[in-house]
Amino acid sequence: MKPAPFEYSAPTTVAEAIEALSHDDAKVLAGGQSLIPLMAMRLSRFDRLVDLRRIPELSGCTRVNGTVRIGAMTRQADAEHDPIVAEGAPLLAKALPNVGHYQIRNQGTVGGSIVHADPSAELPTAALALDATIEIAGASGVRRVPASEFFLGTMETAVGDHEIVTAIEFPVWGPGSGFAVEEMARRHGDFAVVGAMCGVRIEGGTVAQSAIAMFGVGSVPVRCGAAESMLTGSTVDGLDLGAVAQAAVADLDPPDDLHASGAYRRAVGAALVERALRAAIEEAGHA
Amino acid sequence: MHEVALTVNGTNMRIEVEPRMTLADALRDRCDLTGTHLACEHGVCGSCTISVDGRAVRSCLMFAVQADGADVMTIEGLANGEELHPVQKAFQAEHGLQCGFCTPGFVMSVTKFLETTPDPTDDQIRDGISGNLCRCTGYQGIVRAVKRAAAELNGQS
Ligand SMILES: Cc1cc2nc3c(=O)[nH]c(=O)nc-3n(C[C@H](O)[C@H](O)[C@H](O)COP(=O)(O)OP(=O)(O)OC[C@H]3O[C@@H](n4cnc5c(N)ncnc54)[C@H](O)[C@@H]3O)c2cc1C
Ligand code: FES
Ligand code: FES
Repeated sequence: MKPAPFEYSAPTTVAEAIEALSHDDAKVLAGGQSLIPLMAMRLSRFDRLVDLRRIPELSGCTRVNGTVRIGAMTRQADAEHDPIVAEGAPLLAKALPNVGHYQIRNQGTVGGSIVHADPSAELPTAALALDATIEIAGASGVRRVPASEFFLGTMETAVGDHEIVTAIEFPVWGPGSGFAVEEMARRHGDFAVVGAMCGVRIEGGTVAQSAIAMFGVGSVPVRCGAAESMLTGSTVDGLDLGAVAQAAVADLDPPDDLHASGAYRRAVGAALVERALRAAIEEAGHA
Repeated sequence: MHEVALTVNGTNMRIEVEPRMTLADALRDRCDLTGTHLACEHGVCGSCTISVDGRAVRSCLMFAVQADGADVMTIEGLANGEELHPVQKAFQAEHGLQCGFCTPGFVMSVTKFLETTPDPTDDQIRDGISGNLCRCTGYQGIVRAVKRAAAELNGQS
């Protein structure tokens, strides 16, 4: 259980970090809470780790242009307790306490979880639900990728080997919105077997905006577009949330594994979507 | 080899480490502080929990090179001379341990947990210790120890 040898550097600017990553087989080290276990089990080995912790500009949460902008190296525990996140991105604030245990969140970063892209992880799902934008820096400059194009497969994203994620921007929903996270895990702090995140914004009794995203149901988190279109534009009082939840899971084909069968994930997933929607609508003030 | 300067239990130290050496191994093998225990070595069991810059973290999921400049506290730094810390006393009084292998990790986690949650509910206690595994006690004594420690710490302040 000891990692293979590697070279280590801890640059203090993004430019130096990108330069250090240009070497073959170099890898970003963020909080290390996913990378170090993989290295300890010798599932991964690298010639060089580039630690981003000493780059001050990569940490912190700010309100910018109608979004909550979170530096990639912001610790999950710091985002969890940041009033800017609680106020501007309540869904993210609700998702964060479900990420591992507090000792993990003390080291693990928001950007690290998003780049690691575990199919059962909460933060990639929150990014997808909120239509977040991921900012990526590389040798040729900065590019911005929408969450819908970011997650390509299990632990596979749009980030290239020589690039780093610098920040994630979560759009702020207006007044009248409500959010909820529901997940089923064996124990609190374990990765979820299946989970759902929902957001609604209600204007004068009508759903003006909605988002339903699920995790643990495939190789990447998914948005449930058909179910969302049953919500948006409808009056709240007339909604059949059970039918919306069934629509959310209709096209899913979740995997069987030792934790649960695909059929079980679908059944539980539908129940979680319904529960999350009810809670989100209640929070939006139109129960 | 990298030179790492850090404070451990209030003492300034300089150690030489290979980048791949975890902070847990550095504490045990370079600083001769073997109170920090290692079991799973991949972040799951919590036995290696220590405090780094005031936060509870897994010392098996951190390389010693990352701790350059850090203020580290291990189980050895908790007692005040011969006087055990209230969390240590509570584990003893409530039979919060049997073989004792998991205990340093639990005590460090619980100490930090009670700093942020001084008056925890039963649910909060179970959540607070969910990152630490114990194969002996069945957790009942540990939960009681957390309650006793909370009461004692609240009485003190
Ligand atoms: C016991 C345990 C339980 C856990 N439970 C959960 C859980 O329930 N839910 C959950 O979501 N997660 C869970 N995790 C994982 C945890 O959230 C990790 O913190 C997270 O997955 C990775 O973040 P990190 O900062 O530690 O990244 P690292 O481990 O340092 O890096 C992860 C990967 O992302 C890359 N990377 C990181 N940051 C960047 C960046 N800025 N730019 C480019 N590449 C980057 C790294 O190169 C690496 O490939 C758990 C971990 C443990 C040990
Ligand atoms: S030894 Fe570090 S968590 Fe198990
Ligand atoms: S007392 Fe033996 S593992 Fe906890």
